[in-house]
Amino acid sequence: MKVKTLSRSSDVYLPARNSEVSRLPRNLDPELHPFERAREYTRALNATKLERLFAAPFVGQLGNGHIDGVYCLAKNTRQLNLAASGSGDGVIKYWDLSSRDEIASFTAHRGIVKGLAVTVEGNLLSCGMDNTVKLWDITKKDQSDSPAKTFLGSSGFTGIDHHRSNPVFVTSSNAVQLWDENRSKPTANLSWGADNVNTVKFNQTEQSIIASAGSDRSIVIHDMRSNAPVQKLVTLMRTNAMCWNPIEAFNFAAANEDHKIYLYDMRNLTRSLNVYKDHVSAVMDVDFSPTGQELVTGSYDRTIRIYRVNEGHSRDIYHTKRMQRIFCVRFTMDTQYIMSGSDDGNVRLWRANAAARSNIKSARERSKLEYDAALKERYKNMPEIRRISRHRHLPKPIKVASETKKIELASIKRKEDNMRRRSKKGTMPYPREREKQIIGVAIKQAENKD
Amino acid sequence: MSAVEAPESISTIEVGTKNASSDIFGSIYSRGMTNKNVKIKDRKLRANIKRSDQKYRDAIRAAKSTELLLQEDAGYLEAEGMEKTYKFTQDEIQKHVDVTTAHKGFQLKLEHFGPYEMDYTRNGRKLLLGGRKGHVAAFDFREGTLDTELHVNETIRDVKYLHNDQYLAVAQKKYVYIYDKSGSEIHCLKKHIEVTNMEFLPYHYLLATVGNAGWLKYQDVSTGDQVCEFRTRMGPATSMTQNPYNAIIHLGHNNGTVSLWAPSTSTALVRILSHKGPVRAIAVDRGGHYMATAGADCQLKIWDVRMYKEVHAYYTPTPPSALDISDRGLLAVSWGPHVTIWKSALQTKQKSPYMTHLSPGSIVNDVRFCPFDDVLGFGHDEGFTSLIVPGAGEPNFDALEVNPYETLQQRREAEVHGLINKLKPEMIALDPNFIGNIDPRAPDERKQALVLETTEETDKKTSEADAKLQPKAKMRGKNSALRRYLRKKSKNVIDDRKLRVQAALEKEKQMRQNNLKRRKGFPVSERKLGPALARFGK
Repeated sequence: MKVKTLSRSSDVYLPARNSEVSRLPRNLDPELHPFERAREYTRALNATKLERLFAAPFVGQLGNGHIDGVYCLAKNTRQLNLAASGSGDGVIKYWDLSSRDEIASFTAHRGIVKGLAVTVEGNLLSCGMDNTVKLWDITKKDQSDSPAKTFLGSSGFTGIDHHRSNPVFVTSSNAVQLWDENRSKPTANLSWGADNVNTVKFNQTEQSIIASAGSDRSIVIHDMRSNAPVQKLVTLMRTNAMCWNPIEAFNFAAANEDHKIYLYDMRNLTRSLNVYKDHVSAVMDVDFSPTGQELVTGSYDRTIRIYRVNEGHSRDIYHTKRMQRIFCVRFTMDTQYIMSGSDDGNVRLWRANAAARSNIKSARERSKLEYDAALKERYKNMPEIRRISRHRHLPKPIKVASETKKIELASIKRKEDNMRRRSKKGTMPYPREREKQIIGVAIKQAENKD
Repeated sequence: MSAVEAPESISTIEVGTKNASSDIFGSIYSRGMTNKNVKIKDRKLRANIKRSDQKYRDAIRAAKSTELLLQEDAGYLEAEGMEKTYKFTQDEIQKHVDVTTAHKGFQLKLEHFGPYEMDYTRNGRKLLLGGRKGHVAAFDFREGTLDTELHVNETIRDVKYLHNDQYLAVAQKKYVYIYDKSGSEIHCLKKHIEVTNMEFLPYHYLLATVGNAGWLKYQDVSTGDQVCEFRTRMGPATSMTQNPYNAIIHLGHNNGTVSLWAPSTSTALVRILSHKGPVRAIAVDRGGHYMATAGADCQLKIWDVRMYKEVHAYYTPTPPSALDISDRGLLAVSWGPHVTIWKSALQTKQKSPYMTHLSPGSIVNDVRFCPFDDVLGFGHDEGFTSLIVPGAGEPNFDALEVNPYETLQQRREAEVHGLINKLKPEMIALDPNFIGNIDPRAPDERKQALVLETTEETDKKTSEADAKLQPKAKMRGKNSALRRYLRKKSKNVIDDRKLRVQAALEKEKQMRQNNLKRRKGFPVSERKLGPALARFGK
């Protein structure tokens, strides 16, 4: 007869010494792993609960903050650690983000600092309502309030942005003007219309495109190569801030007064790509994450919200009792942190993922976190998991305001539906949510080149 | 020549070739795939599904390729020439195997304490014996080290290990007791009375017991609370087992039915009429495909437990006492002093058994295969015997699931992880993978069910509370319950209940006026008019 039995030798399976790690043989036969779904679901539920347990997004404030409110922020896109903030009393502070200490602080302007931008070499450009744009060299040891260069304008400047690679910057006042760092007068005027322009943004990827937003509720796209504006989009309410998507160069997000943020494709401004709702007051600033997958917004309702680009509602909300109206937000270039400057004079540093920690993780820890993330993604539609992952504590005024808004919108919708029911079919078409806010688009005709 | 050989070698490993992909979906690693015939109009959804299908394929391929890493091979016993495998005795087999395996086949003579019940730990390391007259022993049968041995001085009807070797559950004369590894009594489960059979569901940490009174009770051993108890209404259960695939408890009754139970429903999920007499033993295979039932009518039937259909029928010469199915699908049945083992008897009808054993003079009480090993243990009148059954045990265990070679650290970690990931009793169902599946009902049907559920609940609550607030004709003063209720509630809030109470108060007033009229002798018009004609009433 032929006999063979299972005989496992312990020296294969048990470690020789106490200090050695014992062997873990695996067998992926599903009969050895029953209750797959139930166990995965339980793990996903536990992971969601732990995520909420560890969600502590506030890291700290930068230094001791400003005396007056912080109205503009600028980050150095080439160096991770550096950021600058400008306040209402004209003081600019330059910060080292890793130690959250102040590197330099100086009075830049008489009156409010309206815009900040970082040049290619790492110098700082600031503009204020005192008709000046000043170039500061931070590397110089003693600041003594003297800028390296001053550019004089005809009226107060409201916004400034620098080109990605050339020594060119654009300012907005009552006109959109292009400047060269080495010339003291603007090189070109790119305006369309005679109204106040509030913000201006250079596209960092498609480097000659500029977007500007004006008080006449318009967004204008300019092209540096033709030294002229290209398109104009007029919406129902004013755009407060814009940001270009760093990865998809033709998309930009516009933060609007009507509590929403719109994502536009500059090639087709007749409809927006996405509408981001959830704020209960005017959205003051928007910034894209360097991955182009998320955007952070700061609003007049004292909250910061983080959105995923392809979803319409926020994935997270940050608020503090001490943080008043937020005027500027920035994503740091490593996508892990968010800076916010607000009315109370503080610049705060927040985590982009509330439950993440920045320590160095072992391979086991990293793979467990990735597994947890995959599980949460897979079971995110299950009711219990959805409820727990969506749960956020909202400050009472925000909660009340959002509930009121919901009721009001529902009542408007109900009235519209009633009208639609009573009218002839087809006479009251449904308005498109992505096009509702657009009044009109105009494309500038090229002038004759005779 | 090498160019011809190389593709062959790739296809044997089944990586990346088109032929292999068609086999992959039939393999054990495949999960539900999307139906290719469904046309999806939405572009993004179509792209997403295509991407996830590709991930599935890669996962199945990767899982299949890990089979290379499996170290051990299953055992076998083959007869040469005219020999039959069932003729081989344990002595002959012992001569042909190595010393370690030979030591696993032994006999313990324990004549004084009655027929023995037995249980192995989940990883097959330790053995627990319980003699009917009150002897409990827990020991490592390979090393020969004794964990604990105690005498409880009472009848013992069943013994069970809990999730690891640290805790034993003993069903004694009146109650169920839980002992520590060292033999000290930790708990006395007073709610479990005269328990005859116990089963432990390891992933849910539930101890299911069934007693002489016919009650099936589930107890959570980690939190200590009783999850639920059900009246089986079929008298005491003659046999009990769990289905390891979906944690359903199978009970065999005196009238020949096998009933399937889950903590979510108070009646049996399924009842299968299987035998003409009491069901003496039940066993379910590891994958939850086949159930073997043995009845006092000497029939041994194999059922497809997912379709509830009988597939094969065998017989035992005398009424059987116990059944067990091993990891690899070997079926062991004990009848009288005999133990018979059948190989591949579940899928196909076998003509002759694989192995047989006779323990003369002692009736076999309980039969169990040792997990992950080629060992079969049975408890009988005069003690315990362990047999070597080549090919019974799963050769390759998964150390992250159940580890026979676990160290102290690993045992502790596994316990903690098991408790953190403990499954809820509501997750037990006939199909264990129903979690995450989409409700197939139409949306209005679903909403209606939800509304009915919530209104039923609220109706029940309000009807209980409103029982006090019914209008009563005899009330004359200001202290009617209805008035008291209205006084207590705030004046400017109007809600459903308040409206009803106000209507009831009106009715009460009407009733009082009618009573007064009747006493004074005035005619009382109590004609009831419908709502349309109500204005003509007065």
